[in-house]
Amino acid sequence: MRHLLSTKDLSYDAALTVLDTADQMAAVGERSVKKLPALRGRTVVNLFFEDSTRTRISFETAAKRLSADVINFSAKGSSVSKGESLKDTAQTLAAMSADAVVIRHSASGSPQQLAESGWIDAPVVNAGDGTHEHPTQALLDAMTLRQHRARTEGRESTRGLDLEGMHVVIVGDVLHSRVARSDLWLFTTLGARVTFVAPPTLLPVGIADWPCRVVFSLDEALDPAPDAVMMLRVQRERMHAAFFPTAQEYAREWGLTPERVAALDDAGATTAIMHPGPMNRGLEISSAAADSPRSTVLDQVRNGVSVRMSVLYLLLSGDDLDPTSTPHPQER
Amino acid sequence: MTSYLIQGAQLLGEQTADILVEDGVIRRIGPDLAAAADGARVVDAAGLVALPGLVDIHTHLREPGREDAETVETGTRAAALGGYTAVFAMANSDPVADTAGVVEQVHELGRSAGWVDVRPVGAVTVGLKGERLSEIMAMAESRAGVRMFSDDGMCVHDPVLMRRALEYVKGFDGVVAQHAQEPRLTEGAQMNEGSVSAELGLTGWPAVAEEAVIARDVLLAEHVGSRVHICHLSTRGSVDIVRWAKQRGIDVTAEATPHHLLLTDERVRSFDPVFKVNPPLRTDEDVHALREAVADGTIDVIGTDHAPHPAEDKECEWSCAANGMTGLETALSVVQLSLVDTGLLTWRDVARITSETPARIGRLATQGRPLAEGEPANITLWDPAATTVVDPARHASKGRNSPYRGMELPGAVRATFFRGHPTVLDGALNTPVPTPAA
Repeated sequence: MRHLLSTKDLSYDAALTVLDTADQMAAVGERSVKKLPALRGRTVVNLFFEDSTRTRISFETAAKRLSADVINFSAKGSSVSKGESLKDTAQTLAAMSADAVVIRHSASGSPQQLAESGWIDAPVVNAGDGTHEHPTQALLDAMTLRQHRARTEGRESTRGLDLEGMHVVIVGDVLHSRVARSDLWLFTTLGARVTFVAPPTLLPVGIADWPCRVVFSLDEALDPAPDAVMMLRVQRERMHAAFFPTAQEYAREWGLTPERVAALDDAGATTAIMHPGPMNRGLEISSAAADSPRSTVLDQVRNGVSVRMSVLYLLLSGDDLDPTSTPHPQER
Repeated sequence: MTSYLIQGAQLLGEQTADILVEDGVIRRIGPDLAAAADGARVVDAAGLVALPGLVDIHTHLREPGREDAETVETGTRAAALGGYTAVFAMANSDPVADTAGVVEQVHELGRSAGWVDVRPVGAVTVGLKGERLSEIMAMAESRAGVRMFSDDGMCVHDPVLMRRALEYVKGFDGVVAQHAQEPRLTEGAQMNEGSVSAELGLTGWPAVAEEAVIARDVLLAEHVGSRVHICHLSTRGSVDIVRWAKQRGIDVTAEATPHHLLLTDERVRSFDPVFKVNPPLRTDEDVHALREAVADGTIDVIGTDHAPHPAEDKECEWSCAANGMTGLETALSVVQLSLVDTGLLTWRDVARITSETPARIGRLATQGRPLAEGEPANITLWDPAATTVVDPARHASKGRNSPYRGMELPGAVRATFFRGHPTVLDGALNTPVPTPAA
């Protein structure tokens, strides 16, 4: 594998390789000198056509811990706003000998276009494209889930661990969420069951073909308690497009309220509470949920750096992300 | 004027005969006319199917305004190479063809180019804005003699305006061709709404947005007793509605594009904007419903919706790429592949859907005529046994946005006769018809 564009085409073995490597990278973050020489002299470009401070600094931190040089190229306003075209930007980066391009774009499919266009011959990492995919987010979520699994099962190590048998409930704006899509493909590849919960207006037409259960009631989805519940960010402007009537109604029906957290506590559940951030406290997630001991939000942020180090390392050090030695039945 | 003896052609793919073309008309048709054709240039048509010159009811020639994308000259060369002898040029030029001046300009450009008959389509509303009627009578009475009106690219979505347009054109036997797209249901739409759009995260263009407008418009046409033409019908549901309307006796005609008869939304997985088109590529189920609808007569005509774009309007992110694909030079190949080679249509049927009926809908009396003595000599000679690997760089159109790039398609145009003159000969562009006096 030369690029990381989606989790749909990520094999079981490749995903585990990324996660196992990420575990090793995590150890670096715990040292006083948080740096490896692996990518010294290599240049990683963060090409962000859409603002995302969190994702950009996570990639930047990851690249720097591997000793790569990092260039942040904020190209707000692509050909959408009559600025420089994606093609010219890509060719410019190629002329500057970028060794890898991390791209964030509001237009679905842009990373794939970049990878397949022939405009630039460097590995491309999708850092979120439109409402399509966000593969490194899914990888860091999977890393968080298997840590949670190891913790609850009393395992010492997560090495080689998948998500077989886990049940993950993903709640919110599935229609517009690249995280929901990438999570679904990756979690199911790793053996987990996924339930989506949303008002019917925020589910895509065609979801029936996806390998997931769909329910409209959050309370129904949380009983019995799942291994994890992931709350997706809901943008307030959606209500102006009549996806739901008011923020209050949304929070009541699909928010992780203090009452719902209390119900998990009462049931003695080990359910982890996840959120890709940034959170809308009081809308999709209450402070009681966000700040509870169940919350893995900061673990996710920490794991994000490790996963991105792993991806950059595997793509740039030339190691194959698709080891052929141990084929798995779920491989395509 | 040189006379031509077309030897051994299969008329509409049926009996073999010679065709003698003289002074712009078919002088004689018979088994062996060599003796009667002294001095005529011989065109060997052994193994070729003779069709009446094709008529494209839906072409974008881009002139005036977007000469970087196409001109009347380049677009009509492409048409001749595709076997066409007439095209209806859609109104979404810049300025919009909403006045007598613009339609006369396009008409005159077509006449002086001399490759095919260019029939300008007039805009239904001023500037295609859907707010008030353009001066339809002025365009109808102009030298362009416009009979077809369309806001194609935009939908005449206001029901009152659509009703009035349908009524108004009755006065001169005109027709309104509707681009059926409910605008609110397709805000920001990027591709067919379904399982592929769900996965790719591209905003969906639901079938209901087309079907709801078609349902409304056939009922309006019935109510006011007008005829209505539906452009580029693309869904199974639309087929059902038009079939119902025809059974009910409503005067509706419907068109399908070649690309909607062959390609599906699976192509969008490449994120290659060459597959971005409006209405969007649909599903396999829709493709098959469309083919059956052409076979049973629910869909009356093939219209290419030839929509050339310069490279920079396609070499960009999917969501900012322009809609549209070229089609004039590949249409008959796709018709053969999807409708003839599948056993759904005979060549006689092909003549009906690509020539006779489109000419009749557009009230173009000299085109779409039978291959018979005394008729205008608009003839296409088609080699159904040939195969072509599509190379857009070799197309006469300025547009390189062919969705068939690299595909091997059946058939090839060997000659196109326009008013008795070969605009295409031996599969290559020849010369335009000498400009007649204005």
